[in-house]
Amino acid sequence: MDIENYIELVFNDYTLRTITLGTAILGAVTGMLGSFAVLRKQSLLGDAISHAALPGIAIAFLITGAKDTNTLLLGALVSGLVGTFWIRGIITKTHLKSDTALGLILSLFFGFGMLLLTFIQKQPNANQAGLDKYLFGQAATLVESDVWLMAVITGLCLCVLLLFWKEFKILLFDKNYAITLGFNTKTIDVLITSFIVLAIVLGLQTVGVVLMSAMLLAPAAAARQWTNSLATMVFLAALFGAFSGVFGTAISASQNNLSTGPVIVLVAAAFVFVSFIFSPTRGLLFKQIRYLKNRRDLALHKTLAFMYDIAVNHQNKSHPHEIRILNNFQGFSRGTLKSLEDKNYVNIQGTTWSLTEKGYDIALNLYNQQNKTNE
Amino acid sequence: MKLTKHNEKAPASVGVLAVKVDDLTVAYNYKPVLWDIDLEIPEGVLMAIVGPNGAGKSTLIKSILGILKPIAGSVSIYGKPYEKQRSLVAYVPQKGSVDWDFPTTALDVVMMGTYGSLGWIKRPGQKEKKNALEALEKVGMLAFQKRQISQLSGGQQQRIFLARALVQDASIYFMDEPFQGVDASTEIAIINILKALRKAGKTVIVVHHDLQTVPEYFDWVTFLNVKKIATGPVKDIFNDDNLTKTYGINYKVSIQE
Repeated sequence: MDIENYIELVFNDYTLRTITLGTAILGAVTGMLGSFAVLRKQSLLGDAISHAALPGIAIAFLITGAKDTNTLLLGALVSGLVGTFWIRGIITKTHLKSDTALGLILSLFFGFGMLLLTFIQKQPNANQAGLDKYLFGQAATLVESDVWLMAVITGLCLCVLLLFWKEFKILLFDKNYAITLGFNTKTIDVLITSFIVLAIVLGLQTVGVVLMSAMLLAPAAAARQWTNSLATMVFLAALFGAFSGVFGTAISASQNNLSTGPVIVLVAAAFVFVSFIFSPTRGLLFKQIRYLKNRRDLALHKTLAFMYDIAVNHQNKSHPHEIRILNNFQGFSRGTLKSLEDKNYVNIQGTTWSLTEKGYDIALNLYNQQNKTNE
Repeated sequence: MKLTKHNEKAPASVGVLAVKVDDLTVAYNYKPVLWDIDLEIPEGVLMAIVGPNGAGKSTLIKSILGILKPIAGSVSIYGKPYEKQRSLVAYVPQKGSVDWDFPTTALDVVMMGTYGSLGWIKRPGQKEKKNALEALEKVGMLAFQKRQISQLSGGQQQRIFLARALVQDASIYFMDEPFQGVDASTEIAIINILKALRKAGKTVIVVHHDLQTVPEYFDWVTFLNVKKIATGPVKDIFNDDNLTKTYGINYKVSIQE
């Protein structure tokens, strides 16, 4: 299937359009909120919340006996919130560190959820088939009303974000200072956390309990690499998330038997991978290049400084000197001499070298800088 | 703001009380970190809080500012409960208490000092930006306003924190180890700002580690080690006796005559 056909299909085919829109919106809202989770160093919180949502789904089914999506997600929301506040409670009331609290609640709720799921599967109720799709998600089950729900919540989230931007920022950066300014940090905290829980619950149907946290973290981690501004980071994370949804859906729709949720997560991971390597300021590639270049420049400058020390004692600064007197200097090599010549700092003639006018000036300035920083 | 004019020669005149702490007791778990602290800080002093590690110096500031919830005790600022007087108080936290890799600029951090007077929802505008730039200039960091905060040195980060508090234009400043990990030039810059604040009639309370510089920098001092050991003018109470009581070993600092 070529790209043009596919794009046409996205606009005309109901199922594909719904799924593409749904995953794009989901990616945008989780990316946005994920930025806050990442900056608060609560990356694992998303994982804990999504796992904690599982028993809620099972209990909601047990109570109603029907597989209505909204009811099940409401159950997921309640148990996700309960899990979250238990985690907060454990952290504040006991000596346990947050990773312990998160891990504890995650496995406890997930285990209980799995127990309920197997119990439900043994029941004669024929309705129960397919409840386990919440484990890994099934984007194909998205219908238009689901997308509408996602859109409304995303819109709400955006409004809250814009309205309380300053409060969110100061809570994230310096909570204690925010308290002294008179802000009720608990309210801001509950607001952010509730929206994170809401976004995760929205994604359960599409991406599933197990992989949901990747939707929260991957776009945010990728976005952090490209910018030093919070606003840009949140925007980029939303963009990366939305594109992960669109591309992931496209890849899974154009191949047989590729489940959408995991593909979306893999696309998001590709964003992270590219960002980690190719970001101009924080990326590994350019960091390494800068590091090597810096070392080479320093080695060159040191050799040049050594030559200056020799040349400065001579009346004629371009007086030729034997190359072998440089052998006493450890940083010297044929290579550095060659690059100095290439830069037109020195002249090489046979077995002698001499500083050029330019080389002399550069070396002199190196000295001046050195003296300045010493002052 | 009700600030009384001060005679420069006697800044520590006991007149108006800026801060009054009564029976303050704080515990994290079972053991109290602060026990029954009574403290009266007159207006216009530059006060050091000294004491060994774990004496509760930071805890005292945090409890006064409502960051920590004390078990007992009350704090009043200019005679009224602290909660009603927040706008008169500014706080400079320890530099290490925040993540300096946070995606934001120096100017943006200083702007946070205006958030308190703005209140909920309202965004900072031109006036706030102008104030922030002025504060950056006071700490000599105007050239770095657009710099990502992780690319600042420790001393520059401390100056940014100081500028953020200056923007608040408060009457009382609480600072948690502002001299920690800064170079000599920043230390001089900071102490000059602190002295300028005192000259303007402000009250400055500083958690301080370097005993040698207490007589040079401060005019008032509080010795703290879980309990309050002593508080008063440096020239009267900064002596070997109180140092020994506070630090538990036979302490000798030679105070320059």
